[in-house]
Amino acid sequence: MRKIIKPCGLHCIKINHLGVTIGEQEILKDINLHVHCGTMTAIIGKNGAGKSTLIRAILGEVPYSGEIAFKDRENGRAQKLRIGYVPQHMNVEKSTPVSVYDMIASYQSNIPVFLYKSKKLYQDIKNTLKMFAAEHLIDKQVCNLSGGELQRVLLSMAVMDEPNLLLLDEPVSGIDQNGMELFYQNIAYLRENFDLAVILISHDLDYVERYADHVVLLDREILAQGNAREVYSSDAFRRVFTDREVV
Amino acid sequence: MTAFFTEWWSYGFMRNAFLAVLIITPLFGLLGTMIVNNKMAFFSDALGHSALTGIAIGVVLGVTDTTWSMVVFAILFALLLNYIGSKAAASTDTVISVFSSASIAVGLAILSRGGNFSHYSSLLVGDILSITPREILYLLIIFGATMIFWVTGFNRLNAVSLNRTLARSRGIPVRLMELVFAVFIALIVMLSIKWVGILIINALLILPAAGSRNISVNMREYHFFSVLFSLFSGIVGLIISYFTNVATGPMIVILAAVIYFATYIYGRKRVQ
Repeated sequence: MRKIIKPCGLHCIKINHLGVTIGEQEILKDINLHVHCGTMTAIIGKNGAGKSTLIRAILGEVPYSGEIAFKDRENGRAQKLRIGYVPQHMNVEKSTPVSVYDMIASYQSNIPVFLYKSKKLYQDIKNTLKMFAAEHLIDKQVCNLSGGELQRVLLSMAVMDEPNLLLLDEPVSGIDQNGMELFYQNIAYLRENFDLAVILISHDLDYVERYADHVVLLDREILAQGNAREVYSSDAFRRVFTDREVV
Repeated sequence: MTAFFTEWWSYGFMRNAFLAVLIITPLFGLLGTMIVNNKMAFFSDALGHSALTGIAIGVVLGVTDTTWSMVVFAILFALLLNYIGSKAAASTDTVISVFSSASIAVGLAILSRGGNFSHYSSLLVGDILSITPREILYLLIIFGATMIFWVTGFNRLNAVSLNRTLARSRGIPVRLMELVFAVFIALIVMLSIKWVGILIINALLILPAAGSRNISVNMREYHFFSVLFSLFSGIVGLIISYFTNVATGPMIVILAAVIYFATYIYGRKRVQ
């Protein structure tokens, strides 16, 4: 991935009047969100508030109304949005013979991973893994990685083809406090050094306060948005989180 | 002594059977890797059983070569299972079980009409010694097609298997890949079911890959050992069955099962 000195701040992803209805149930209603490159937007809310659905709508996995536009602010031209997605889980059971190389190569290239290992691709993947201190994991089986290791590998994979937008679910399991700190530091590093915007579903309000530039409180619709202090002092926030529990 | 090992080769039916084993077993080894990773063992089992219905439909329609009615029915059945599996609220194994048993019942009902089922009972265990050169040619064609699909599509298939949402975000046509894979399983199972047998065809799809999984750490090893185990059980099973006068299919599966248990024990020891 190309490293830049400063994010340009000129790209903007606009989500206008986004709504999702599945069957009879309206899951998201009139979501308006502007996300700029070089910023981290955290989405918070209770379980079942539609956080994951929002991510899935942006990914195009669930049908939605409204629009998601990617604009280059300099000339206002619409471009194709490249999304880097970091899932929470991979379907790897115990003793699944898929190495980190196999996994990343399957998504990144057409060189059949069951036939041979491409030296060039191997080196490319290793270089990206290096960014998150994960290059030693390249030949390990994905199913044997710890929660934190898997997160770093998935993060590396997500930034490999220079996305404009990084979508993440905060890891909830298999990660300790140090791992969590490292996870947020890695995201902050990406946001500061690369030309991309980050949307993160978060469950930990303390980390959000420390790291997010923009916070969105979601419960089917946007109840409040702004910086962490503004959102945390809003009435809506107090209604949703009666005590500051980790949700 | 040499005669002991070359005698079987002098029979045309043994040479045909040998060729068929050389084509079928690597294919099974290859497809099995993804079937096991995707937890589709039950799906491929149901497909095998649907052969009975395919033949029954062919008999009812008066088709001369029931292989074709079997192939067409299996492909439709595979697509249907896939579609319903993605829509239904019940868990996939329940849905597959419902359709599989219904289809077997229909097949058995039609084929057993007038007490004629004994005509078809050879299908249950299969008879590789009766394969003809023309049928070997069909196998060769499907072998070529599968190799092309595997070389060009395997990475995408693997990406879908690891995480569908992530695969979709990378522009991979998730549904299409799943359907094409299901159709390939249907084709290969149907074109080889007469030689391997309905009762054991699934074992041959699953065992080599499952055995390989016990000892492999990456995709290259996984495929290599799966194909190797499958090929080895196929060739040795055919030769042993000739000398012991046991049906070939079961002998191949017994060997594959022995390999599975051996790799299981070896894999456990290595971990400890």
